[in-house]
This record gives sequence, structure tokens and C-alpha cells, in this order.
Amino acid sequence: MVFRVEWAKALRRWRTYLIAAALGGIPVLIVIAVKLSPPDATASGDAPPFLLQIVRNGLFAPLTGLAVIQPFFLPLAAGLFAGDAIAGEAQGGTLRYLLVRPVRRSRLVLAKYAAAMTLLAILLLWVVACGLFWGGIVFGLRPLPTLSGTTLSVAQACLRILGAAAYIFLGVSGIAAIGLFVSSLTDSGPGATVATVILGIASEILDQIPSLHVIHPYLPTHGWLAFSDLFRFPVEWGGMRGGLVVSAAYTAIFLVAALLAFSRKDVVA
Amino acid sequence: MTALVTRGLSKRYGDVNVVDGLDLSIERGELYGFLGPNGAGKTTTIRMALGLIRPSGGEVELLGEPVFDGGASAALARTGAMIEEPAFYRFLSGRRNLEAFARAGGDGDDVRRRLARIDEVLGLVGLSEAATKRVKAYSQGMRQRLGIALALLGEPEILVLDEPTNGLDPAGMREIRRLLRRLADGGTTVFVSSHLLAEVEAMCDRVGVLSRGRLVAEGTPGALRGISVQVRVEVDDVAKALEVLAAIEGVEASAEGGVVRVRLGGGASAARVNAGLVSAGVAVSALVPERASLEDVFLSLVEDDGVQG
Repeated sequence: MVFRVEWAKALRRWRTYLIAAALGGIPVLIVIAVKLSPPDATASGDAPPFLLQIVRNGLFAPLTGLAVIQPFFLPLAAGLFAGDAIAGEAQGGTLRYLLVRPVRRSRLVLAKYAAAMTLLAILLLWVVACGLFWGGIVFGLRPLPTLSGTTLSVAQACLRILGAAAYIFLGVSGIAAIGLFVSSLTDSGPGATVATVILGIASEILDQIPSLHVIHPYLPTHGWLAFSDLFRFPVEWGGMRGGLVVSAAYTAIFLVAALLAFSRKDVVA
Repeated sequence: MTALVTRGLSKRYGDVNVVDGLDLSIERGELYGFLGPNGAGKTTTIRMALGLIRPSGGEVELLGEPVFDGGASAALARTGAMIEEPAFYRFLSGRRNLEAFARAGGDGDDVRRRLARIDEVLGLVGLSEAATKRVKAYSQGMRQRLGIALALLGEPEILVLDEPTNGLDPAGMREIRRLLRRLADGGTTVFVSSHLLAEVEAMCDRVGVLSRGRLVAEGTPGALRGISVQVRVEVDDVAKALEVLAAIEGVEASAEGGVVRVRLGGGASAARVNAGLVSAGVAVSALVPERASLEDVFLSLVEDDGVQG
């Protein structure tokens, strides 16, 4: 099983631990920064509301951590895991040895996607865990006020934070599928990684340009921020539903494209 | 039963025929040398034989299974291969690399069988002690050995090796040649490509010479050498001898000093030359075969072809 091998490879690779340390460090940095210079909740208009709340409640650390990694670090991780998946093997020459083992081409593509998505899921859970741990130790965990003014118990809030992580995870699945498609086309691992990151960030930038509002709903990252709707009362599902449909569409289209492209490819690397 | 067959196998990139109507038939248990200069199309042929590259025309059968259209998974599982240089995960040790490739495909039994053979194949190629070092730290020769170990891992019925002795020192080359000879004697089919003549001459049962994507000669190393045997003939009358020899088909004669050099091609034999000369009244005082080295044959085949192509 290629999936199992991917797992064994990831565990023996410095890269995996570097990414884990970097992403796990983000909630820690947030906690430290807020502890050292607490934002003035009454005066400041610049600080994001999440950061203002953190002083009183460690539950905001995992949530802020997720919000901070989503726009850049998450596409980067998708690029490293999915973008590099096939192109990296091609560049290293191991692709031809996997294919003559033999591993069916369709199976290789799907296993690589499954491995990349599993690593992304673990990273997101890791960020939540680091945030909960350090936020809890430094600020303590208390019931969470929602954006609508009601309050969630600590257990309910943790569940919603996991829900937010799950939504962010499903949101990045489309970018990962695009990355895998790019990966099936080229023999350059770093090239495919960078292309994936650029496509993800380009989508976020286009999403910010008002005159392009017609295409906004179709951008793979358009619905990404809708996870904040989980912290309203009652939860607003509309934005997330739209985001999930778009992600599912990108995932399906680009996985099929990757399967088709790779099944016909002459493997000369 | 044949282990590897290609029929009219071709690969075209743009206007260039990298492989051009190649017909090969490798018998089971044979050690076949696939000889050709760099760029002759050896690697492209090997990649097509293993299903990595789709041919532009023709077909390939590996261990009786068509490689394309239907897929040759079962045949590939019984094939060991090294394609161009060996390639490994640099951050894993030699042993972990073999484990990774063992686990990557196949069913449970196949995986267990391969895992159980890791120590044995590492020993066969002399890497037992370096097995726990990361491949990053291996020399080129060690990587080459690990590549051969990987090819042997599945107890293959056919080994397809692309320049297996690349990067080895002379002692290592000899060791690998002996290993391949032993495997072939034990019934494994070995298909080995090389641009080194001495290598295939020393170990192969049969040699095919590839030039510009076409098979320009095929046979045992001895027969190939015989393609162009040269005979030195000492006669009393050089001028008359040349005249007589010019009439014999497949013979090319030239005078050098008092000696006639005769190149035998086609069906001509030294006996024919002797009989022709004697019956024409030319006294032959010596007739000495000067075997061309296979290298001469190889170069002449490849060069002739180059001029035509």
C-alpha cells in the first residue's frame, strides 16, 4: 500500500517535523505575544476581535491559530504534501520504481491524495491541540461568547472549534486536488509545490478584488472564512454549505483530471 | 517460452524515431545483452517493455502478458528492473528503502515474501554492513548495488537491467557480471543493456546491437564476431590472387605489401577463399584467420548505420 509507505516516509523526514514545529508554534506565539502585551480591550480599534478576547479565554488561542494559518501556511502545506506528491517522486526517480513494482497509476494518484489529506488533517488537529494546551495553561478555558452574544460551554466550544478545523480541512481539499493535478504534469517537485501555493494565494487575492465579484463564488478559497459562522447563534449554514459545494467540485474535477493526465503520461523521469 | 517479445516496437518523438520497428525475442533463461551507443534507444525500449512509456507503434509482451491494453501487473510483479540509474528515498536507509518498495505494491503474501528476502539480497550485493546508513551517504557504486538488490527482491523470473555496472570499479563490475551469469544459469532470464562491449561479450549468451533505434545485428558474441572475419593470405602472385578473389561473392580483398587481406562477409568462408585461389593456380603458403574483435564489429555496424541514417 502506497499510503502506508507514505506514512513511514513522512515520519522519517525532517520536513514533517519542521512543518509541525512551525505550525504548532503559531498558537504558542499568539499566546506569548498576547501575554506580554495584552491588547487594551476598551481602546484599541486595530486588533482583531479574536485577539481582544484571548486575554480572558484560552479557547481563542486554537481559533486564532486556525485563522492565522489558513490564508498562507495551509496552501503552503497543501503544496508541500499534494503538489510535491508525484512530481517529487518523478524528480527523485523513485516514480518509475513504484510503477514497475507495480503500483497501478490510478492507485498511486489516489493514495498520494489520501496521504496528503491525512497529513493536512493531522496538522490542523495539531494546531488546535497546541492552541488549547498553551491557551488553557496561560489563560484558562472559560465559556465562550458567540458572535451573536450568547455563550457556549467549554465542551460545546471545543466541539465547534473541531468543527471549524474540519471545515477548514474540507476547504483546502480543492487546493490539494489542484496541487495533485499539477504534480501529475511535471517532473519538478519544487515547481509543483510553488505552483500550488501561488494558485491558492491568487485565488485569495482575486477574491478581494470587488470588480471581479462575478467570479468570486467560484473561487476555491471563497468560502474559507465561513467557519466563523459556527460561532453564531443559531449557526448560519449557508456560507459553509456554499464553500463545501465549491470545494467538492474542485476536488472532484481535479482528481479526475489528475487521474486522466497521469494514466496517459509517458514516464521518462 | 519467450520471456520478452517486441514486435515492430516504435517510439517517435516529433520527427525522430527513437525506437524504430524493433523486433526482439528473448528466451527464458537467456542472458541477453542489449548493446548500443548512448542515444541508440536502449532506455526507451526498456521503458516501453516495462509499461512506463506508451509505444507509438508495435507491441510488447512481458512473460507472456501484453504490457499495454490490459496492463501487465502480474508480469511486472515477476520482473526485477533497474531503469537508467537506481533511485531511492535519500532520507531513508538502504534497508528502509527496500522495505518501502516491498510494501508499496502487491498483496500480503508478495509483500511478506519480499520483506523476508531483504537480508539475502543485501548480502548478495555486498551491502549488509551499509544497510542502516541513509542512501544520502552512499557512493555511486553502493547505490548501483542497492539498485540491483531492489531488482532481485521479488525473486524475479526476468531481470531487466539498464547499464547495471555503471559507476562500479572493475572488481565490482566483475562481481555483478558473475552474479548475473549465476542467475541466468539458475534459470532467471536476464536482459541487460550496455554501451560497453567487453561487458556483454564476457557474459551474454546472445547480443543484440541497437543503433538509431534499429537492431543492426543479433547473435551469440562468437557469431557476431564472425560477421566480419578477416583472413591474412600469403600467396606467390598477389595481383592474380586479387583478380581471383574479386570474383568470389562476399569477399573483399586488398593487398598490403606481399600479403593479401581478405574480409569475409555474407556466406564466404576461408575454405572457399583457399579453394578458389588454389584452383586458379595461385600457390597459397599461409592462410591465417585474423578475428576482428567484437569491438571492431560493433563500431563498424554502428558507424555504417550512422552514415546511412
